[in-house]
Amino acid sequence: MTDIANTLTVDGQTITFEPGQTIMQAALAAGVFMPHLCYNPEFKPHGSCKLCTVTVNGRPQSACTIAAMPGQEIQSDTPELNSRRRVLLQMLFVEGHHFCPGCEKSGNCQLQALGYEMEMLTPHFNHFFPDRGVDATHPDVMIDFGRCIMCELCVQASRDVDGKNIFALAGRGLASHVTVNSPSGKLGDTNLAVTDKAVEVCPVGAILRKRVGFAVPIGERIYDHDPISVKALEPDEA
Amino acid sequence: MSKKPVAKKTAKAAKARKPAKKPAAKKPARVAKPLKAVTAKKPAKPAKAEAAASARKPKLRIATTSLSGCFGCHTSFLDIDERILQLVEIAEFDRSPITDIKHCGPCDIGIIEGGVCNAENVHVLREFRANCKTLIAIGACAINGGLPALRNHLDVTDCLTRVYCDRAGGKNHTVPNDPELPLLLEKVHPINEVVRVDYFIPGCPPSGDAIWKFLTDLITGRMPRLDHELLRFD
Repeated sequence: MTDIANTLTVDGQTITFEPGQTIMQAALAAGVFMPHLCYNPEFKPHGSCKLCTVTVNGRPQSACTIAAMPGQEIQSDTPELNSRRRVLLQMLFVEGHHFCPGCEKSGNCQLQALGYEMEMLTPHFNHFFPDRGVDATHPDVMIDFGRCIMCELCVQASRDVDGKNIFALAGRGLASHVTVNSPSGKLGDTNLAVTDKAVEVCPVGAILRKRVGFAVPIGERIYDHDPISVKALEPDEA
Repeated sequence: MSKKPVAKKTAKAAKARKPAKKPAAKKPARVAKPLKAVTAKKPAKPAKAEAAASARKPKLRIATTSLSGCFGCHTSFLDIDERILQLVEIAEFDRSPITDIKHCGPCDIGIIEGGVCNAENVHVLREFRANCKTLIAIGACAINGGLPALRNHLDVTDCLTRVYCDRAGGKNHTVPNDPELPLLLEKVHPINEVVRVDYFIPGCPPSGDAIWKFLTDLITGRMPRLDHELLRFD
């Protein structure tokens, strides 16, 4: 039984994996990009954005949470799955406030980069235009709640890496939102430091360091030349 | 409020001047010479062939307009530079800042920049939809409301009162209500929330190259696609 090869196939391509790896980890290690938004290699995956949904032996599964097993036949880069991913992105775009021309994160934003990757030309659905507010009370960090996609990475980073427990998700369904753990509910009343992992980990433009916006000129930003499918496979990128 | 029409006029005048200058400066220099050379050898044939070709295939009609946009996308459209000469060989412009025609007639392609922020925008947009076989939303404002949509979480009445009535120094200021002024909508809408839209070219603005790629794909019957370098939301 120990002779079963640790291989699976992604879109027909055979991939070798280490036991214990998830499908996402195995694919990325083998140089196969799978679109993902809430997954960050440094954190425990929780499979909430569903962008990495692939079909494993015909059944839809989140690639970031399902263990790689020998003989799995996985479909990922197919027109059907990509059009579903595009719809997920469109819903994220209309639900929040994602006005790229006015956002510091533009060009470095994973949500935007995935929009490019999936050739999303329009958000299609009716926009919510939510008014979730901005918290600029912290001297070095600001948070624009309208841009938050509830990926929970700041919650994990603050709890598991920084040991500060500054962020949490509150509410349910459409009302779910990120809250700040301080008596006033304001970022300025927390012990958040600008060097915290929670500040760095935001994949979109919700948590931003102050006074560094637009420092990198257009043309030199992360996704200006290479798409996220190339950048995500580079060793120093998330 | 006399500002608005004046600003519109100057913008239109500027647009009208630009394209007029470009072909005028380039056409005689570039086109006249080969034409002379041709006429010296074969006077009638090319003209006949051209006429026959144009008689066989009527030119595409293209209309463009800006709703609540900044004309940035139109400016970017002019960034196709001398390729506009290739375009006018197979197409002619209906309503557009280039022609200054006021109402859109039956067209093959309608290009809309800007979102829908007032009653006039709705009328213009519906006129385009009724007349254009293919309607293209161009730029962030037409696609997601863009910059004007930043007012969507504010109360319009409150905005107008603050701007026109509450300013220091003035007395008896009222919100302008000339019947010629289009009424503002409660919210700014992307154009696909008002009419059906066939294609979208994102960007703020999309580059001239992106517009050229998209239009040439569309006109030649290919599925319009933008590569990574041309697809931009900002």
